[in-house]
Amino acid sequence: MAVIQEVARTRGAARERRKGDGKAAALFLAPWFVGLVLVTAFPLVASLYLSFTDYSLLEAPGWIGLENYTAMFSDPRFFQALKVTFTYVLVSVPLQLAAALALAMVLDKGLRGLAFYRSVYYLPSLLGGSVAIAILWRQVFGADGLVNQVLGFFGIEGVGWVSHPDYALGTLMILNVWTFGAPMIIFLAGLRQIPAMYYEAASIDGAGRWRRFRSITVPLLTPIIFFNLVLQLIGAFQSFTQAFIVSGGTGGPVDSTLFYTLYLYEKGFSSYQMGYASAMAWFLLLVVAGMTAVNFLASKFWVFYDD
Amino acid sequence: MTDAPARTEPRPESHPAGPRPTLSEVAATYPERRPPRGRAWAAVRRVLRHVALIAFGLVMLYPLLWMLASSFKPTELIFREPGLIPTEWDFGNYTDGWNALLDPFSHYLLNSAIVVLGSVLGNLVSCSMAAYAFARLKFRGRNLWFAIMLMSIMLPIHVIIVPQYILFSSLSWINTFLPLIVPKLLATDAFFVFLMVQFFRGIPKDLDEAARLDGCGHGRIFLRIMLPLSLPALATTAIFTFIWTWNDFFSQLIFLTKPDMYTVPIALRTFVDATSNSSWGPLFAMSIVSLIPVFLVFLFGQKYLVKGIATTGIK
Repeated sequence: MAVIQEVARTRGAARERRKGDGKAAALFLAPWFVGLVLVTAFPLVASLYLSFTDYSLLEAPGWIGLENYTAMFSDPRFFQALKVTFTYVLVSVPLQLAAALALAMVLDKGLRGLAFYRSVYYLPSLLGGSVAIAILWRQVFGADGLVNQVLGFFGIEGVGWVSHPDYALGTLMILNVWTFGAPMIIFLAGLRQIPAMYYEAASIDGAGRWRRFRSITVPLLTPIIFFNLVLQLIGAFQSFTQAFIVSGGTGGPVDSTLFYTLYLYEKGFSSYQMGYASAMAWFLLLVVAGMTAVNFLASKFWVFYDD
Repeated sequence: MTDAPARTEPRPESHPAGPRPTLSEVAATYPERRPPRGRAWAAVRRVLRHVALIAFGLVMLYPLLWMLASSFKPTELIFREPGLIPTEWDFGNYTDGWNALLDPFSHYLLNSAIVVLGSVLGNLVSCSMAAYAFARLKFRGRNLWFAIMLMSIMLPIHVIIVPQYILFSSLSWINTFLPLIVPKLLATDAFFVFLMVQFFRGIPKDLDEAARLDGCGHGRIFLRIMLPLSLPALATTAIFTFIWTWNDFFSQLIFLTKPDMYTVPIALRTFVDATSNSSWGPLFAMSIVSLIPVFLVFLFGQKYLVKGIATTGIK
């Protein structure tokens, strides 16, 4: 019977290969392809074109060459936006991943109630991007907010964290670290893939807990760390909602939370300088692509693939 | 003649739900190997670990719980009372908040529900179709198109939002739900295409080959074999689409500017901008209302959420 199956399979496969499924594929891919062209590719090209124009939605775009780009590179708020975004990304993403890994390690000890803890720690990841949580943050770190009430209990007088230019960005970083649950779950899945015998062998050889972590867990987990890093970096680069709500749409106080996307929104949809906004959009694309490329290149030196 | 290969639940390798005896083995082996200081000490350590984990969870969730509690407090207490049990109850926050904006809050909930429903349906249909083509069909340039699809996942929406706005406004779609729903019908959330390709690849090919020999076309194979076997992937897609769309702020902020068309996040934003310190109670109450649907999906869809993240790394 197995032989019959085998023959049938190869015959079927051969016929398939000869004919190909071009027609069926065209049909199944049609919606995706239309979307790719109309909703993604065309806007991508159009935004490159617009970045060389002075388009403002009111009149037809006029070609102004590189003017948007030169204006951008002499705009202090543009550089402020870059600085804010990079600071946010470079501080909060490593912290978030460190928290995620630490908690995943603790949870991956076969303790009871794993599913419960996992859910509790994961919940903020689901809610963190919502307007409601941003509103909560605005209160919690406000002058009379929850944090200062608790500090007051210990006799410490806090400042209005979200309205202080030195601390406002910090509150948003805390919010991002708070959503460590999603990468934690990915780490948990990764930790389960590490064969127990490695640890057993190392223990027999007298490796302590730290040594096992450094020489087994970390190397075998580097692909997952890398994966999380790429995803979270790209995600953090695009954060918008929290800064927008916490700062009331301004990126304030004194532009201390002026995320790149916030400034882009302001340029494109408040002052309708859509040419300038498109130039910013393409610069963003280059930065994200560049960052991801560097990440992939650098990964050759520290990511370890078992096979 | 051939017995059907016994109803094997398709379990792609990538789904880490499979047997995992290793974990308990790990647990059983190396903590025990530590210098034997007695079982009592091990038990104490275990309890301490649970206490620490619970305490940490409590700290993490405290802001959420406090917001829930505060939504039942008179506003002035919100700024004075860090505790969870209101000393004074005020259920008026919910009625006040419900009617604080131009339309009752139910109006915005309904708008959000329409957008979410359209997006979920759109993603389920369009992404599963594209995924079938990538996972099972042979056509020219498949690898190239697949690579393009993967890259489109990484494309920040901010890069294309301006021309999208121009396009949709030339179609007079601004202040309708179309710019939010139609792209989903066109599989622009390529992430779910990827997720389903991964899942489809785990379904044994014998099944569709047997069906082909029996004369099934691709349409029937897709509808009768692949989709019924892919319920977990479809559920994951539906759940994540629900949560993302419900929470989405950026595109709704751009495409919906008429108060009548506001969805929940946009309504909340208007609310917070109009709020002085006097109406935090109602604001919190409506924030809680806006979180309830996500929370319910979280409660009932946890299994799929965890699997979905673990296999694809989505938020």
